[in-house]
Amino acid sequence: MCLAIPMRITSVAGTLATIETGGLTQRASLVLVPDAQVGDYVLVHAGYALTVLDEQDAEERMQLFAEMDELSAGEDDAPED
Amino acid sequence: MRQKTEVARLAAELASAVELASAVERSPTAGRSSAAAPPYRFTFMEVCGTHTMAISRFGLRELLPTAVRLVSGPGCPVCVTATGDLDVAVALARLPHVTLTTFGDLVRVPASRTTLAAERAAGADVRVVYSPADAVELAAQEREREVVFAGIGFETTAPTVAAAVLEAQARGLVNFAVLSLHKTMPGALRALLDLGEVGIDGFILPGHVSVVTGTAIYEFLAGEYGVGGVIAGFEADDVLQALLMLTRQRQPAIEIAYTRAVRPEGNPVARELMDAVFEPCDATWRGLGSIPGSGLRLRDEFARYDASRRWQVETGEPTEPRGCACGDVLRGALDPADCPLFAGACTPESPVGPCMVSSEGSCAARYRYRDVDD
Amino acid sequence: MGKGRDTSKGRDTSGGPGGRERAATRARAVTSPPQDTERILLGHGSGGKLYRDLVRDVFVAAFANPVLERLDDAAALAAASSSRIAFTTDAHVVQPLRFPGGDIGRLAVAGTVNDLATAGARPLALSAAFVIEEGFAMDELRAVCASMAQTAREVPVPIVTGDTKVVQRGAADGLYITTTGVGEIVVAHDLSATAVREGDQLLLTGTVGDHALAVLAARGDFHFGVALQSDCAPLWGLVEAAIAVGGDAVRFLRDPTRGGLATVLAELAESAGVGVEADEEAIPVSDAVRAACELLGYDPLSLANEGKMVLAVGPERAGEVLGALRGRPEGARAARIGEVTASHPGRVALRTRFGTRRVLDMPVGELLPRIC
Repeated sequence: MCLAIPMRITSVAGTLATIETGGLTQRASLVLVPDAQVGDYVLVHAGYALTVLDEQDAEERMQLFAEMDELSAGEDDAPED
Repeated sequence: MRQKTEVARLAAELASAVELASAVERSPTAGRSSAAAPPYRFTFMEVCGTHTMAISRFGLRELLPTAVRLVSGPGCPVCVTATGDLDVAVALARLPHVTLTTFGDLVRVPASRTTLAAERAAGADVRVVYSPADAVELAAQEREREVVFAGIGFETTAPTVAAAVLEAQARGLVNFAVLSLHKTMPGALRALLDLGEVGIDGFILPGHVSVVTGTAIYEFLAGEYGVGGVIAGFEADDVLQALLMLTRQRQPAIEIAYTRAVRPEGNPVARELMDAVFEPCDATWRGLGSIPGSGLRLRDEFARYDASRRWQVETGEPTEPRGCACGDVLRGALDPADCPLFAGACTPESPVGPCMVSSEGSCAARYRYRDVDD
Repeated sequence: MGKGRDTSKGRDTSGGPGGRERAATRARAVTSPPQDTERILLGHGSGGKLYRDLVRDVFVAAFANPVLERLDDAAALAAASSSRIAFTTDAHVVQPLRFPGGDIGRLAVAGTVNDLATAGARPLALSAAFVIEEGFAMDELRAVCASMAQTAREVPVPIVTGDTKVVQRGAADGLYITTTGVGEIVVAHDLSATAVREGDQLLLTGTVGDHALAVLAARGDFHFGVALQSDCAPLWGLVEAAIAVGGDAVRFLRDPTRGGLATVLAELAESAGVGVEADEEAIPVSDAVRAACELLGYDPLSLANEGKMVLAVGPERAGEVLGALRGRPEGARAARIGEVTASHPGRVALRTRFGTRRVLDMPVGELLPRIC
């Protein structure tokens, strides 16, 4: 257990945050992380933020994922003839 | 690219660390001639369905030295839910005014005679939700329905369900209830070690459970049983990092590899919410039987949100699927590939037990991981 | 889209536009005058004047072609006598009916065109049969037909015949469409899994998972938004370009719809009795799809696509075919994703980004989001 991914808080309305990563947006409750603020990276599970992540670490992870996407988009080896 | 390099580097470091550790006093043949003694094989157990899945998805076993054996324990909340409890969920779904909301994980799991998916096809109102908050919202919108949420999951999920119950209470909803099938990890770990079936050299501890609990709940592993544990994240390099740390431990200890998400004190707010709504109770685990204090039930002041108190349902004696060895698999005592039904009578298309149905069950993960060249 | 929100139920967060529409039509039907021509009535399906008016004013007006305008029961088509004919049919029951990047109409036309394309067939004509729920808004029907007409023009292929039935309110989820297509096979060789051999290169025309997630987001069940659209598109032009360059080195074509890429590869391995090696790193997946899959517990390789093609091409021509694919917008992210081998026949081996290998199976049963 369990599936949770880091997402960045882009806005907050009461205890509900709008969070995003890589073009995906969602809503998550902040009741478990009352100190979380706009701009923070949070770990989201089942619609709730579980903890605030260290920003540098989270950004590094996102970089790694972005690299993966670039890799498949960019210079693909043409098959050898 | 960087992650790939990192993974390769960790795998190499692990191989050296294992060699070093093998040669040291952990070997049962320490003191005698090392030339004649077989190299020590480390057995590490993970107790988290998401780790089981990650290991198979990344093909990690291929990167491990042969001296490291990875075993799956009772970490899949769906798999460890007893058949009798599933029968209760089914019985509730059959009640005409009930809308049973559930995580997707539970929909195909076999209860004694049926599954929630089959019940839905037969007319029961079963709806998959991504969050317990969605179940509360549903209750608010459909006041004529009794919305019951099937609460499975460990300490990662229990706080979210607790928050949902409090939300329902704050909104004055009378048509929302939780069937609490939640369980907590320490009791199961203790039971496993007491059984002593598998010689466990260390635990890969669940990353997201630990986000909530912190390290305190695991200290007894090192203190009482002399078995160490490292809290791991879910990427390939995270798991390898944890294995490396486990191998390097000279004294059993509880460590955090997943430092970007886990703090030693965990998340006190989440724990408070969980404690406010739930209290420990005895729970039956598939494969382990009844473990005292390992379950969570709603406290008396939340009785009106407790599905098991609001409805008394008749379920009869639970029947286990014939020949199913899920219990043994969940204790790590039987490797899925050694189950007589594995990949024959029991496959993901025609599963016999929950370990094959559940996408992160040990058997399903093993099947998907099966050797390409078999 | 969806005229008139049903406010009687408070905040509507589920069901998508189709659901809201149904609720709205139920609310309005009670107060509408009897001969309200803004909505589909049971009478529209009865074959009389109302039916003929509907066909003329909505379908013929949208699909506009000489064959259809004759309104015969069967369309007569000309075809070169030496051609082989490809023939295919599909039923479309998507919910919601409209989603980012498309709607049921575009899905219907593109889906059938693409099935014909996998046989190497230039689409000659399509038919469209509609099963419409009583109360369905005429404007929405016109919008669907406009979408179908637009998609058909992109190929181009005429919609020459069809049928309409109307069912009582509560049935048919608004609208079901069945399209059938006839095409003229332009390749002399057999395009089929059995033609595939060791060494053939596997090409994929673009990113996977977009359609499934766009529809899921539109459905609103899991409250997430994605900055992506369904990839729904007719691909005859793309396939024609590939065949022009690859000739008989193009041995197999399949579109990874339900069941995703994993299903296409697994079926190929099984029917051809060959092994498939696929390279995870090479498979294009957009950021948003990757994130949604991580969040919900899906595998992008199991998700449906409606504007992608998998090709098996002999190594001697694979490079040129890849170039031809990339030269068109629908194939801009085309990639070589693997090859056919003689080892592990019947099985697909996925090489992960860490260099390890594992079996890739087809998904089993419905795709369910997980918390574990």
